[in-house]
Order: sequence, then structure tokens, then C-alpha cells
Amino acid sequence: MASSSAAGAGSTDPTAARRNTKRPKYSKFTQQELPACKPILTPRAVISAFLLVSVVFVPIGVAALIASRKVVEIVYRYESKCIPSNVTDRVAYIQSSADKTCRISLDVTKHMKSPIYVYYQLDNFYQNHRRYVKSRSDEQLRDRSEEGSTSACKPEDTANGKPIVPCGLIAWSLFNDTYSFFRGNKNLTVNKKGISWKSDREHKFGKDVFPKNFQNSSIRGGASLNESIPLSEQEDLIVWMRTAALPTFRKLYGKIEVDLNEGDTINVTLQNNYNTYSFSGRKKLVLSTTSWLGGKNDFLGIAYLTVGGLCFFLALAFTIVYFVKPRQLGDPSYLSWNRNPGGH
Amino acid sequence: MRRGKRRMIKLKFSKIYSFACGKTSFQRDHSRIGGHGHSRVVVCNEPGSFEGEIFSYADNSVRSTKYTVATFLPKSLFEQFRRVANFYFLVAGILAFTKLTPYTAVSAILPLSIIIGATMVKEGIEDWRRKKQDIEVNNRRAILHKGDGLFEYTEWKNLRVGNIVKIMKDEFFPADLLLLSSSYEDAVCYVETMNLDGETNLKLKQGLEVTSSLHEDFKFHDFRAVIKCEDPNANLYSFVGSMEFGEQKYPLSAHQLLLRDSKLRNTDYVFGAVIFTGHDTKVIQNSTDPPSKRSKIEKKMDKIIYLLFCVLFLIAFVGSVLFGITTKRDLVNGIMKRWYLRPDSSTVFFDPERAYAAAIFHSLTALMLYNFFIPISLYFSIEIVKVLQSIFINRDIRMYYEEANKRALARTSNLNEELGQVDTILSDKTGTLTCNSMEFIKCSVAGVAYGRGVTEVEQALGRSNGSPILNESINRLELKSNEIRDSPDRKEPIEGFNFTDERIMNGNWVHEPHADVIQKFFRLLAVCHTAIPVVDEETGNISYEAESPDEAAFVIAAREVGFKFYKRTQTCLSMYELDPISGNEVERTYKLLNVLEYNSSRKRMSVIVKDERGRIFLLCKGADSVMFERLAENGRKYEEKTLEHVREYADAGLRTLILAYRELDEEEYKEFDDKFSEVKNSVSADRETLMEEVSDKMERNLILLGATAVEDKLQNGVPDCIDKLAQAKIKVWVLTGDKMETAINIGFSCRLLRQGMKQIIIHLEIPEIQALEKAGDKRAIAKASRESVHHQISEGGKLVSASRGTCQQTFALIIDGKSLTYALEDDMKNMFLELASYCASFICCRSSPKQKALVTRLVKSGTGKTTLAIGDGANDVGMLQEADVGIGISGVEGMQAVMSSDIAIAQFRYLERLLLVHGHWCYRRMSSMICYFFYKNITFGFTLFLYEVYASFSGQPGYNDWFLSLYSVFFSSLPVIALGVLDQDVSARYCLKFPILYQEGVQNVLFSWRLILSWMLNGFISATMIFFFCTKAIEPQAFDKEGRTAGRDMMGVTMYTCVVWVVNLQMALAIRYFTLIQHIFIWGSIGFWYLFLLAYGAMPPSMSTNVYKVFIETLAPYPSFWVVTFFVVISTLIPSFSCSVIQMWFFPMYHQTVQWIRYERKKSNPE
Repeated sequence: MASSSAAGAGSTDPTAARRNTKRPKYSKFTQQELPACKPILTPRAVISAFLLVSVVFVPIGVAALIASRKVVEIVYRYESKCIPSNVTDRVAYIQSSADKTCRISLDVTKHMKSPIYVYYQLDNFYQNHRRYVKSRSDEQLRDRSEEGSTSACKPEDTANGKPIVPCGLIAWSLFNDTYSFFRGNKNLTVNKKGISWKSDREHKFGKDVFPKNFQNSSIRGGASLNESIPLSEQEDLIVWMRTAALPTFRKLYGKIEVDLNEGDTINVTLQNNYNTYSFSGRKKLVLSTTSWLGGKNDFLGIAYLTVGGLCFFLALAFTIVYFVKPRQLGDPSYLSWNRNPGGH
Repeated sequence: MRRGKRRMIKLKFSKIYSFACGKTSFQRDHSRIGGHGHSRVVVCNEPGSFEGEIFSYADNSVRSTKYTVATFLPKSLFEQFRRVANFYFLVAGILAFTKLTPYTAVSAILPLSIIIGATMVKEGIEDWRRKKQDIEVNNRRAILHKGDGLFEYTEWKNLRVGNIVKIMKDEFFPADLLLLSSSYEDAVCYVETMNLDGETNLKLKQGLEVTSSLHEDFKFHDFRAVIKCEDPNANLYSFVGSMEFGEQKYPLSAHQLLLRDSKLRNTDYVFGAVIFTGHDTKVIQNSTDPPSKRSKIEKKMDKIIYLLFCVLFLIAFVGSVLFGITTKRDLVNGIMKRWYLRPDSSTVFFDPERAYAAAIFHSLTALMLYNFFIPISLYFSIEIVKVLQSIFINRDIRMYYEEANKRALARTSNLNEELGQVDTILSDKTGTLTCNSMEFIKCSVAGVAYGRGVTEVEQALGRSNGSPILNESINRLELKSNEIRDSPDRKEPIEGFNFTDERIMNGNWVHEPHADVIQKFFRLLAVCHTAIPVVDEETGNISYEAESPDEAAFVIAAREVGFKFYKRTQTCLSMYELDPISGNEVERTYKLLNVLEYNSSRKRMSVIVKDERGRIFLLCKGADSVMFERLAENGRKYEEKTLEHVREYADAGLRTLILAYRELDEEEYKEFDDKFSEVKNSVSADRETLMEEVSDKMERNLILLGATAVEDKLQNGVPDCIDKLAQAKIKVWVLTGDKMETAINIGFSCRLLRQGMKQIIIHLEIPEIQALEKAGDKRAIAKASRESVHHQISEGGKLVSASRGTCQQTFALIIDGKSLTYALEDDMKNMFLELASYCASFICCRSSPKQKALVTRLVKSGTGKTTLAIGDGANDVGMLQEADVGIGISGVEGMQAVMSSDIAIAQFRYLERLLLVHGHWCYRRMSSMICYFFYKNITFGFTLFLYEVYASFSGQPGYNDWFLSLYSVFFSSLPVIALGVLDQDVSARYCLKFPILYQEGVQNVLFSWRLILSWMLNGFISATMIFFFCTKAIEPQAFDKEGRTAGRDMMGVTMYTCVVWVVNLQMALAIRYFTLIQHIFIWGSIGFWYLFLLAYGAMPPSMSTNVYKVFIETLAPYPSFWVVTFFVVISTLIPSFSCSVIQMWFFPMYHQTVQWIRYERKKSNPE
């Protein structure tokens, strides 16, 4: 009774006899007869899908592997080597004001074409810790007038009653090891411009925001900043403030814009200032070229090849099964009454 | 329209209904008036009187809405948060405003508000619809006495207690009224109570004599009365009150009460005083909410949600413990370990010195972070999907019944998927399997069988017996009837009459050897009834308003043979009949002296009439079980033959009645009449019993005339439908009130029983019990019966278990109501159930409505399987409400069954499509949808957890806040809804072609724990693969040619991209049915993610934070991003894809096999 109005109103059939009919109007949607394609996992489709995947994957894998192999990478772990052997309390040493200069030499085993990227790699450093990630003030970094918005930055929000710029744990713990490179006696310039993303320099770090009151609190964290350079040009800070995803991470330090030849020895003078000893983190210096796929990492290439090979194998296996033991898949007798479905 | 042309004969019917309509006298009940529970005082016809002010009763507007404007917000919110998951999200949302939060509060609240808001809008719309219906009802027009004898139209809602209203013919009563007077002299009126109890027959009501003269409007000018009566209650059949009119006090009973929502019929108008209004009316007091039913899938889903909560709490706990440990180690003896976190000057959430507190707080953070394990949009999506599914059911043209102009109606959308899991169907017979339109088809008079029609049962029997001769004749008959049906100028078949016999028809009966008996036979049919003739003034055709279709069939049969009953006055029945001697049609009038009414315990009705010559006859018709024992010694002449015929008729599936009569002499009658009226007017409580006793004495020593047989035709397509249901291995149990023979034969005709089926019959018609019954010792009968039933059941059980291992023998169990009473007793019911569930068919005859409900409950609780009850009458209501799914047939027996059903269909045969197609689809859709929901959320949630492992469980999510919150709402929800609404594993045609497919639902294959857990496992595997592939491929080396490395932001976006791809592609791989909508939703979701990323990244950094330009500047230009996502997406899908290939090839489920069949047919026969 209640539904009569809805149905009756909808009909526009001119013949008067049919006017009050509740006959549902035909539409493909309501009758659930929409045209549809009904793909089915036929042997041919499945085998070709697997073959297709392997055909696509293997070349990509080869290309990725070649790219990765072409990249020349020198990794030098220095956090223990740069501690004098007579030091027992490494943490006290690193926190002391002693001269922590450390000289190491790197052998170039393969020609490295410029630009050569210099990274520092930290280990066991949780830049993704919630307390750490949140401890920053984007407003302050961006906008000079927002200097005081430091509420998220505790305990590195103010020092001596004044706001710290840039505030927060991230900025405070800025990495402060420095490297200088020599080939023979000749200094290799490290270009520290353009190591950060453009959008960061232009939109996230203000051109008129200068460091203020930085590293003035009771405990000193990491690097200090030159108060006369605006944040947008403090690229070390910008790179550092893009927090890493995982506890092991590399960050770009600079670029060496000359080729390094095979057999060259690079002498590195580094200031081992950064305290990773408290949390037993490793420090590595990395020199690397890049390819179209970025740095050296065989994982992607190998993974592509493995999966491509696996798919080929699966295609083969399914083909064999299909030919050796063909089954009448659509046999109605499978629908017998006494069979349980799904192999229960 | 048609009714207007007819003329009702004015008469006083108060005498016909001798049992029902006696004079009301003050009974015990009336002493309670004015006391507790009987305090209502109604001052009639004094609008605005002082008393009317005191007793401020509710007005006559009704409200069926759940909410009002004021209560909508709090009440619907409360409803929402009663769900555990929603409450959890609310708590998480509130906590998001504290410092505990891993993400911003807005991003947590927004999706919740979207979901809650959308659900509330849905609730609001539904309530608005109810509101509109209320408004429609409240604004119906009624004629109200305004004073001074003037009557005016007003709206229903304006009626007040005490008002006088005038109701016209075919109008509904606007409130519970006290009948004052009617267009008839004696203040009687006819009422149709279909909306109340589903009965289509007309009920007679009669006002008090004192008010019956108030025929004219102006007489109400100075009408005053005070009614004192009971308080509003739900009892439809009782009413106690008294009326003070003039100086006198008159008792009132239910005979004077006209109930709201019943309809005035066959009476031009009535005047009534409003007694109960609005929510006080009996019908609204009576309307209880139907028991809310939830489907098995939803119940299981709750379990899964609890399981997921457990997982969530577990990983939150593990995370918190590890977090507590690492945090504690950060500061040992004042020495900072991870100095960059400043553990020396920390808040309580990260304070190493209060590591326990920090861990506890962290666990709250973790619970919020991992809430992505619980799909927030699950409930909402399910509701949307179910509403759409119901629309599909309602709009299905193939379930539209042209003749009655009725479509299927899903009254609740909760149970769509339950339709796909039905194991046992419990069906009513009359009106459900059959049309409930009785046709007079055969009769046996004076030991001679007349009637050449072939019943459907006989046809079916012939078919299953395979007898060629019979088959041929049936075929010929069918051909012939088809021809007749097809020829355009065939004679309009007479409803209720399918009798062909040239010996009787066209007046030929006068030449039969026992013409006098035949005459008496049809005369009895024309006289012994309570039908009312309705004469069409234009054509002169007579039709009848009868209490039951059976009765109408008899009167019509008599009319067709030549005994045309055309007029009923208060004391007389007039008819035309053929005079066998002269051959002319003469008018005869019988004076009606008494009616001894039919009821189910008497199983007979009689009338006592006086003919024109002054002879008094008692004419009686009744069931064979009561009639044969009442025959006189000299009345048994044709007993043997008749008995034989009755058996034959029962075998042919016909309903039989025995006709007999007796002539009374004046004195005998007078004695009876005195006693009868004395008893009738007595006040004692056992009046009914006494009256039965008196009539019982009269209805003896009868002379047998013969027997009638009416056929209750099977509905179209019932045998085929039952056949299909049997093929789907759904058990069909028929519960009927019929005789055992009739039930068995109907069983054969609707293919419930087959030849070669072993019938196990349990009954109590055995000599020992009958002997005991004669003796009348009730306790002994019960004991013997119980033992006998027990014995029979265990015998049956033995028989069944003996054949279990060996052969294909199928069994049918047939039990009668009496035995069932014992079989349903506690000690026997499990044994009975075991036997019944092993039998392929089950028929229960002579069962009461209560037994129907009990059997339903037994099956439901005993086997734990899903039961579906289907019925059309008020007697099926209990069964419908008890069963997991109640299907009402919206047929002739009114609305009661439909009102208490979950889904209403017009014909039994639509059940096939409803279950096999809609049920199967809905079940499949719902189960795959839920599985997929959990899959996608686990995939997402678990990547978050894995990230935590690498973030020392600090509670930092790997993704941007908005990515988190919009995942469930935008990037993965629409394809699931499309799956839930549109997916079809197999087309409707194949669903019907391979009914066995339905077993997937019954055995719950698609929602088994195995499948659910494998989907979940798939989610965990996908998440693990996505996480490790992404991190291993991206870290720690340079990401691009310019040597820059990827940070948290880039890693998050890459991983998220992979998740969105994998989850949507997994859907594309899992479904086998792509309409344009699916394509749009799946590819659109992926596309939308990139669009969102672009748009969000283009916002100023203050809003987009670390996503600022992340896609356009840092990811999209560099091949690494694309190479990595391509690899991760494809390889993550390979394991599940391979598994599904293996499963599809080597362990296909039913639907997959059917998909193969379809595929191969298409290949071999490309159309």
C-alpha cells in the first residue's frame, strides 16, 4: 500500500489501462544485465600473462642491473677509525672540545666520472622517531614573522628566554662532521650548492629567515649555523631537515665536480664531531657516481630478474601441466551432487 | 466503481450469526469498569466540555518515525556509536585531540564524520519517508459532527476522543469507534479487518439497540452519552465498557467496537463515537516491531572484527612493550643514549624515567595508529550495498506478477545475503503452493461420482507413474485445455467452478436415477452457508461475499447447476430452482431458523430452515471425520460408495466435505430452540461449550447425501520451482493444515514426493489409540501416543540408517499434527530432527500455527542451518517471524503475513529466482566484499606496523596524515561497493541452469574461515612485500641522477602508491565481471590517487606539509619511482594470482566450474 505511490508515479505509459501498473521499468542496470566482459583464467591467458611479465621484467632487470653496476661507489666507515686508539670513553671524547681531526685515504679503484656525490651515511639513527619528526616548526622556517611559533619544538624551543631559529630537535641535532678532499696535495672542491630540492629552498625555507639564538641552549647538539646566511641557502640544514625514512640513511654532503681516475688516492681530512657513539651508530663516508636509476643498488635489478625468471618458470610449469595433463575444465560432471565444492 | 452499481439487500443479520452475535449483558468483566486498568471515561459529543478537558487523551495523529527534529541528532548518533567499531573510531577521534595522536585530529575526525554523516543522512531520508506516510495518514478526511447536527469534513489528526464521526462505505475507520448506528435498521455493519488480522471475510458488528435509531445527521444535535471503558490495550478481540445513555447504563463489548484501519464494507454509512485515538488505538498498540534479524554473514563479520581487534591489541601491546624498552634505555644513569631525542628533558610520552607510563600512553597511540586494520567504512558500505541490492530485488521484472500487479518487496534489506544460504524452506500450503482459489470440481451424490475434470494432482501422478495410456489422455486433455485457453472467443471460465459433467449440467440431473437426492444435495449447497449475495444491477449477475473461498465455491456450484441463491433477508433465503416435475424455474424461500456455525473443533456447520410447506430441515456439511459417525442407521445407504469416492478425491488432492440432512418435527425443533436460546442468552463463562453441546445433540441421525470435492489449484510453476530447489539441495518442508492424504497428494503434484521415494509416515490413526480415545482416558491416550510416536520415529531412523551407506534411496517423512505434538517434546525432538533432516522431503499435515513456529524453531536451533519460512496467511506469522528469513506471499489472504515478513513476493515460483539468483548473488557479493574489505585494510595497516618496527615503535606513521585518513574513504572504497552491488560470478541464466551452485551459500564456502583467513594472510603477505621491496629498492642510495636520496616523504608516497595499486589490481584480478562501472571505479580510484597527489602537492606548504610538490618535483621526473612501483605492484600480485590460477584449474569451486562451462560453450559456439 505504501509503495504504490512510488511505482505508479513513475510510469508514463500513454495507454490508460497500464497507468497504474507497478511493473518495474526495464533498465539494464536494475535488471542487472549491464554489458560486461567476463575474463576467465584460461590456460592461454594465464600462460601469456606470465610470459608477458617475464618478457617485460627481464630486460628492465638487466638494464637496472647494468645501471647499478656502472655506478662506482666508495664507502668508508670511519666512526671507530677516527677515534684515537688510546681513548676508552668514546662518548666523552666526542663531547670534549679536543681536536677531532681525522685523516683517511680512499683508493679509487675505477674511473669515476663527475659529478661525484659525497654522502654521509648514519646508522641506527632514528630520524623517523615520532618525537624527533614532530620537533620542528615549519612556519618559523618559512616565515620571518612566525619566529615565535615554537610550541612543537620543545625542549629546543627557546634558549635564554628567546625563541631559537631554527627550533626543534631536528635542527638542533644537525650533522656536523666535515670533510675536505685532496688528490695528492690538490684540494678537491666540494660544491655544496644544489644538493637540496628546489621547492625546499624556495618555499619551505625563507630567504629572509636567519638563524638566531641557535645552539645556545644548555646542551649543545650538532652543527652551528652561520647567522648571516638565510635558511634558504643553508643547504646542509635543508637536506638534514628532510628526515630520513629509515634508521639507516644517506644524506648528500656535496658534489665533487671533477673526474676521479682509477688508481687515484683521495685523502680526506674530516672533523669527527658528530656523536653517534652514545647510541653506537656507525658513520660512513660515501663517494658515488649515479646512473639514470640513481645510486648503486643491485636489489632492483636482481629482483626484476628473479621475478622475471620466476614468471617464466611458472609459465613453463603451467604449460607443461596444461599439455601433459589436460583437463576438461568445464565438465558438468564436476557439478555432481555428492561432491563438496572447493575441495573441502 | 463496480461496487457502487451493486445493490445490497437491507436486512437484519443479527440473527444469522447466532453464535457470534448475542446480546451483550453485564458480565464479570464489567464490574471492573472504573477500577484499575478500566479508567477511561469518554464524554460523547461534547467538544470542549469540562470532562473532556480533564481527561486529556492523545489526539488522533500517529507518528511512526524513529526520530523527531529535536531527537534526531542525539538519537541517531547514539545508534551509530552503539556499534563497537564506530565507538572505537569515536574514541580514537577524541584521543586525536590529545598529544597522544600520531596524526592530526582533523584527519582522524573527517573520515569518521563523513561516514557517520552519510549514515545519518540515510537514516534521515528513511525517516522522512515514514514522516510523509504519517502526514498522508493524518490528513485523511473524515466526517465529524461539528455540533447542532452538522457534519463537516476534517482531517484524521483533528479527531478527539468523544467526537461523533460518520464513516461512509469503503472508508477506513480513523480511530477506534463505538458503533452507534448504521444505515441498517438494527445498527449492524460489515467490517473488513484485512489490515489487522489478514482475514478477508467480513465481520459483523452491531451497535446497541438504544442508539440504533440515530440514523440522521440532525439526531446527533442533542445526543449525549458517557462511556466508561478499559484503558488502551493491544487485545484486538476484547473490549469492556459501559455507556450511560439517558438514565440507563448499557454494557459494551467488542461487538460495538470498530477498530482503526479496518474498513467499512457493504454498509452505506455508520455513526460512531471516538473512543481511542492515535497511539491509544488497538491496532497501533498491537503493532510491535518485528524481531530484528541479522544475517549469518553479519554475525560472522562481527567475529572477524573482534578477531581484528585482538590482532590490533596484540600488535599495539607488542609495540608498546618494545617502545617502553627502547625508551627506557635512552637514559641510563643520566647518560643519554639517543641524545638527539633529548630524553633528559622529555614529556611523559617519551620519558625514559617513566617508561611504564610512556608505554601505556604509547599503547593508546598505537591503538589509534593501527585503527586502519578496522575498515571504518565497512558498515556504511554494507548498508549502501544492501539498499541497492534490495532495489534490484524490488525492481526485478521477472519477479513482477502481472495479474495481481505486484512486485517483489524487500521489506528489510538486512537479509539479502541470507537468501543465499537457505538450507531448509518451511512452506505453508494453502495460498502459498496453491492459489487459494477453490474450484468445485467433483461430487459424489447418492453413491454416484460426478465430475469429469482432471485435477493437477492426477496429471502429476499420471506423469510420475509413467502410465502411457493415462499420459496420453492427459496430454490430450492438456492439449484441449490449451486450445480452449488459446482460442480467443472461449467462454469466460467461472471463478470457483470447474465442474463438467453432462449428466448434471444444463438441468440434465432430473433424469438421473436419484434425482431427488441430487436435488437435496444442491439445495443444501445453496442454503447451508453464511454467504451474502451481491446482485449486479446492470447484468443481473449474482456474486457472493463468503467467509471462505470454499464456501463461495459451493454456492457458485449450486448456482451453476440451477439452484440460484439470490436474496437473503433477515429471516429468509430466497432462490430460484428447477422444478424437476414441471421443468420450470420456480422461486423458493426458506425460512432461516438457526445457524450452527463452523469452527475448527466442530468441523461442521448446519442450518435449520423451514421450507414453504412448513417442513423443518437441519442441513449439515462437515469433514468426513466427524460426519460419518453422525449418520442415522437409515441414512447410511450410500456410505460405502461415498467413503470410497472421498478416498479417491483425497488421493486426487481434493478437499472434501460430506453433506447430510435431517428432517425435524415441530416439537423436536421447539425443544431445541428453547434450549438453544436459553443457553445463548446465558451469562455463564462456558456458554460456548453449552451451545456446542446443544447443537451437537441436534446434529445426529443424519441422512447422507453425498460428498463434494473442491480443488485448490497449484500456483503456476510450483512443481518446477520445487524441482529446482531440490536440485539446489534445499530441503523443502511443507507444513499444512490439510488431511494426510490431501497433503501427500499435493506433495506428489508439486514434485515434493516422487515415485520410488520411501515414505515414512508417522501418525496416530492406529487402532489401539483409537480404542483408547473411545475410552476417553486422556492420560492413557497421551502415554500410548507418546510411545507410539517414539516407536515410529526410531523405526524410521533404523530404516534410514540402514540405507545410509548403500544406495540412492531417498526418504520422505510425513507426520501429522497430533504426532508432531509428541515428536516436538524435549526427549524426542532431537531424534525426530535427525530423522527429518535426513529425509529429502518432509510433510507435516494437520499442523497448527503454533506447531509451524515450533518446527521452525526446532530446525533453526537444532541444525544451526538457515531456515526460510514462506506463507501467506495470518496463521503463518509465527513461522515467518521465527525463521531466519520470512517470505510473505502477497496473495489473497490479506496483508498480515506480508507485514511480518522480511521479503514479500507475489507467487511461490518467484522463490526460485529470489534464492538461486538474487540470494546467490547477494551472498557472494556480500562475502567477497567483506573479505576484500579486510584484505585491503590489513594490507594498508600492516605496512604501517612494519614501518613502526623501523621507527623504534615511536608511533610515527609512514604516510602523511591525509593519506591515512582518506585511504578508506576515497582510494579503495568505491570498487568494493561496485563489487558488492554488481558482481556476478555467473549470469542469472547459469544460476538457474546449475542450481547446485546454490550449495556454495549453504555450505558457506565463500565465507568460510579458511577463505577469510587466506584473504587476511594475503593482506599480510602483500603488505610485507610492498614494505620490503620499497625500502630495499629505495634506501639508502641516491634516488635520482642528481644524487639526492629519498626521505620519509618520498618513501611514504611510493609505498602508498604501491598499496593503492596493489589493492585495486587485486580487486581487478579477483572479480570475473567487469562492467563499465567497475572499470571506472577501479581505474578511477588509482587515477584519483595521482590526481589527489598532484592537487594536494600543489597546495601551499603550510597545508601540504611534507607532501609539497613531492610528486611533481621529486618522484615523477625520475625513473626510479616508476621502475620501483611497477616492480612492487606486479610482483606483489604474483603469489595470490598464482594461487588463484591453481585453485581455479585444479580445485574449481562450483561457480568456477560453471564459468568454465560457459567459457567452453562460448568457444565452441561463438554466436
